[in-house]
Amino acid sequence: MTRATALRRGLVPWLLPIALLAAWEAAAKAGWLSARVLPAPSDIAVAFWTTLKDGSLPHHVGISAERAVLGLVIGGGLGFALGLINGALPLAEDILDSSLQMLRNVPHLAIIPMVILWFGIGEEAKVFLVAVGVLFPMYLNTFHGIRSVDRGLVEMGRVYGLGPVALYLRVILPGALPAILVGLRYALGIMWLTLIVAETISASSGIGYMTMNAREFLQTDMVLLGIIVYALLGKLADIASRWLERRALEWNPSFHTGLEAA
Amino acid sequence: MMVPLRAVPSPEAHDDTPVAGKGLELAFDGVTKAFGDVGVLRGLDLTIPAGQFVAVVGRSGGGKTTLMRLIAGLDSPTTGAIRIDGTARRGLQPDVRLLFQDARLLPWQRVLSNVGIARGPGWKARAQALLAEVGLADRAGDWPYVLSGGQKQRVALARALVTEPGILLLDEPFGALDALTRADMHRLLTRVWRQHGFTAILITHDVAEAVALADRVLVLRDGVVADDVAIDIPRSARAAGTPRLAELERRILNAV
Repeated sequence: MTRATALRRGLVPWLLPIALLAAWEAAAKAGWLSARVLPAPSDIAVAFWTTLKDGSLPHHVGISAERAVLGLVIGGGLGFALGLINGALPLAEDILDSSLQMLRNVPHLAIIPMVILWFGIGEEAKVFLVAVGVLFPMYLNTFHGIRSVDRGLVEMGRVYGLGPVALYLRVILPGALPAILVGLRYALGIMWLTLIVAETISASSGIGYMTMNAREFLQTDMVLLGIIVYALLGKLADIASRWLERRALEWNPSFHTGLEAA
Repeated sequence: MMVPLRAVPSPEAHDDTPVAGKGLELAFDGVTKAFGDVGVLRGLDLTIPAGQFVAVVGRSGGGKTTLMRLIAGLDSPTTGAIRIDGTARRGLQPDVRLLFQDARLLPWQRVLSNVGIARGPGWKARAQALLAEVGLADRAGDWPYVLSGGQKQRVALARALVTEPGILLLDEPFGALDALTRADMHRLLTRVWRQHGFTAILITHDVAEAVALADRVLVLRDGVVADDVAIDIPRSARAAGTPRLAELERRILNAV
């Protein structure tokens, strides 16, 4: 590929979004689009700058991120632990798995009224909802990953003298890791979705509160800013998990970009 | 047919006797193995002296793999006993190693860590030494997926030898390799067998491979030893092919 074509390949995908943004800006400035329906991109940029300067945007983003991470750690950790236990011990699977499968079928957003009755609109409500949302994808993928580890490798490990702990740490867990990381990526998606819904319905802080509050005052630019921030945070979580996959699955040729394949 | 595929290095003096003496004697006393009502092994009584290279040939379903799993301790005999070095054993044996049909390297560990899978003090140096012995010293830091099939089996061989086993079981380890690579692996196996002196038990359905490598060929048919053939030809003379070799090969083929 020559430099010119590489440059073209790099630029072409950006042309349409840039053209749309320019048209949008022009339409808003010319008065064809009401600021209440769709404020100009420049107005959103101004809103971003103002809220960044007065500290309200970092404040709300920080609170939302805290809820997201806390919920992920609690729910994801629990799902991971349950997956490990049920994957390794058939007795635990018999006792727990069918109950978990039943609970999994309850849409976790449907329990929001219950959660508000239990916790009010405090922090616990949001963290609880996120934890419930991420638990099941982590559980299912960890469990499936442990179960689908190559039996031949486990047998090899036993013949070559690995004890139960070494077998678990060096054969079973690494073998399950690709599936576990898929579970983590699902969990990250559900984490943001749950948080958006929970903060929009009931909260006194966070990005969802910020946008709902702006709606009360017809600040459409702030609402759009909130949506964009959510999108960026989601993208950030996705990039982080992809990076983690590439680091942790370096041994797997399907996670390489082809340059070093022999 | 034994056709030399490339220039064979000049035969060495002690071609047919192992140098070291770490091999262990393996004995079967009336060993049977049944799965439900199906008797897979129906009475094995034989002794394999320490350091001998034995090939076991037979059709699929003849009990070859079952025999191997019994020796490795992955299964237990229904009746009878397997003695290693004179004592009856049960369960997995630290002095028996198994080379699988597929190399079964851990894809998430680099070559050196795969060879030193059992760890223990000083494992890195020993693993490196074994890799050098199988000619892969410079691949220690590679991931297994970049290796060819033959290289993977060589890594698996190094891994099997790193703990200096008294008995090495080989479950058709060269079946999936091309003819040239297989010839290389035969030479390598003969060399390490002489150097390490383990008792070798090679399961194969390739009669030519069996007579090229082994001191003795057991024909397993319908769960019993149908024939027990000593290959009384020096290894240095086998590659060229002799009338005696052809006769033994024919006899084994008929017994199978």
